Amino acid sequence: MSAEDRSPDPVPAPDHPGMGWLDASGEHAEIVLSTRVRLARNLQGHLFGPRAREEDRLAVLERVQGAVGRVEALKSAEVTEVGALEARTRRLLLERRLASRELVGENGRPPGKGTALIIGSDRSLSVMVNEEDHLRLQTLFSGLRIHEAWNILDTTDEELGQQVPYAFHPEFGFLTSCPTNVGTGLRASVLLHLPALVLTKEIGKVLQGLTQVGLTFRGLYGEGSEVVGNFFQLSNQTTLGKSEEDLVDHLDRIVRQVIQYETQARKVLLRDAASVTEDKIWRAYGLLRYARSLSFEELMNLLSGVRLGAALKLLPGLRVYPLNKIMIYTQPAHLEEAAGRELSPNESDAHRAAYVRRILASEGVVSPDKGSGEGSSSPDATG
Amino acid sequence: MVCENCGSADAVMHLTQIVDNEMKSLHLCDKCAKEKGVEEPTTPENFPLTDFLAQLGKEGSSGTALQRAGSCSFCGLTFKEFREMGRLGCPHCWTSFEGHLRSLVRRIHGSAQHVGKVYLSPDPSVSEREKRLEGLRRKLKRAVEMEDFERAAELRDEIREMEPAT
Ligand SMILES: [Zn+2]
Ligand SMILES: [Zn+2]
Repeated sequence: MSAEDRSPDPVPAPDHPGMGWLDASGEHAEIVLSTRVRLARNLQGHLFGPRAREEDRLAVLERVQGAVGRVEALKSAEVTEVGALEARTRRLLLERRLASRELVGENGRPPGKGTALIIGSDRSLSVMVNEEDHLRLQTLFSGLRIHEAWNILDTTDEELGQQVPYAFHPEFGFLTSCPTNVGTGLRASVLLHLPALVLTKEIGKVLQGLTQVGLTFRGLYGEGSEVVGNFFQLSNQTTLGKSEEDLVDHLDRIVRQVIQYETQARKVLLRDAASVTEDKIWRAYGLLRYARSLSFEELMNLLSGVRLGAALKLLPGLRVYPLNKIMIYTQPAHLEEAAGRELSPNESDAHRAAYVRRILASEGVVSPDKGSGEGSSSPDATG
Repeated sequence: MVCENCGSADAVMHLTQIVDNEMKSLHLCDKCAKEKGVEEPTTPENFPLTDFLAQLGKEGSSGTALQRAGSCSFCGLTFKEFREMGRLGCPHCWTSFEGHLRSLVRRIHGSAQHVGKVYLSPDPSVSEREKRLEGLRRKLKRAVEMEDFERAAELRDEIREMEPAT
């Protein structure tokens, strides 16, 4: 494949609002996919999400909408009423990790009136309105950027708190619908790819250690989702009794330790099982590169190997960003959006495989057999 | 789904692994997962909030304790309803059920005293202002330690605005 074939780039820069976290630009991006910090806030004088009446929900949205113009980071924000969106568009927001299941409506039903998503102009900041709590402010960044994510969120929270009256209690702190979020209302989480710890069977010890230091972990899509593709989401377990700074510092420190363990495990793989590791990675690459049908689960498992290969430079020329992009754009609603129609499960698997082939072809991995004399510049030469 | 290792118990742990050169997902029961050194994830689903809530009712003579807890004067939520749902109805519930919630919160978080940001209501009392200043000074110290001078300058401005003019 020639260089010309690589353009036009089928992997354009993250163009959708709030998709900057995909771009693999942050620190430790080969291990850390994203950093998210969120704050739960409620307004005085209104019933909480699960019990809120329509008048509460509309009043909350109205107050917040009136306030965003006076909050720097939300000045030219986009306010979207989620209930007015089509079902597929709502699923897109969920698949992009900008909205929670609760915000987009359970079981395909639209959420109640007043449910809204506000996406800030710098696109890393967003506010969910009328979720379980009246407000869920969040920042989502590529790579490991816990302090930056917190500082931006903190400033926005301060400004917004001047405009709308938060429910606050001197003893319990910021009041929330669920007692597990009360106090700071802060949940910081980091999405890590830990294939080497899984392969070397060290992951159990690491995860066990995490729970002992007050952290919790879950799968890619937050609460209750299973671990797929060796992605683990680490976050603080408690929200009260420690300051916000202590919570984010602690998470940052522990995550850096986990990154070290993973890096160490990757070295061990290369040292003790180089040929097996290399074989697995190329097999995974080969399947992704040529398969005609892929379920999302199969894709994620193969992608885990390919991502490891890219990070270890075993698949030269392959960048991490297109791999991040594959994870998002091969989800069911995204495939349907691209096709412009509903897809059956079989069609979905075929469209998924086709998308992956297209992205990987445009990336053009250089043959690993450098110096072997065959000199092909791409696996396409033999395919 | 049954455990792929023993084939008898229910699989509770779902992991992606490479086994015999094959990348595959592994569904294991609790016991087999432990044998393989994989601990069950602590998801909010199995976070024992419901256990805490169940215990709350048992304290003392449960019936009377619950009746005494009554209902929230603002939203009408009863403590029994809270125990069933695990969600409070409104900010006022936190005052209505203060005693019960204090022990619940202590069990969940290991503390019942918020030490984070202090929110300043539009018409703050002197002690509220002082608490908030304290928090801002703590943040300033931290920002300086982390050499985040831009943030430190912002915080200094904010503190200056809040401090009584001398
Ligand atoms: Zn078993
Ligand atoms: Zn209430």
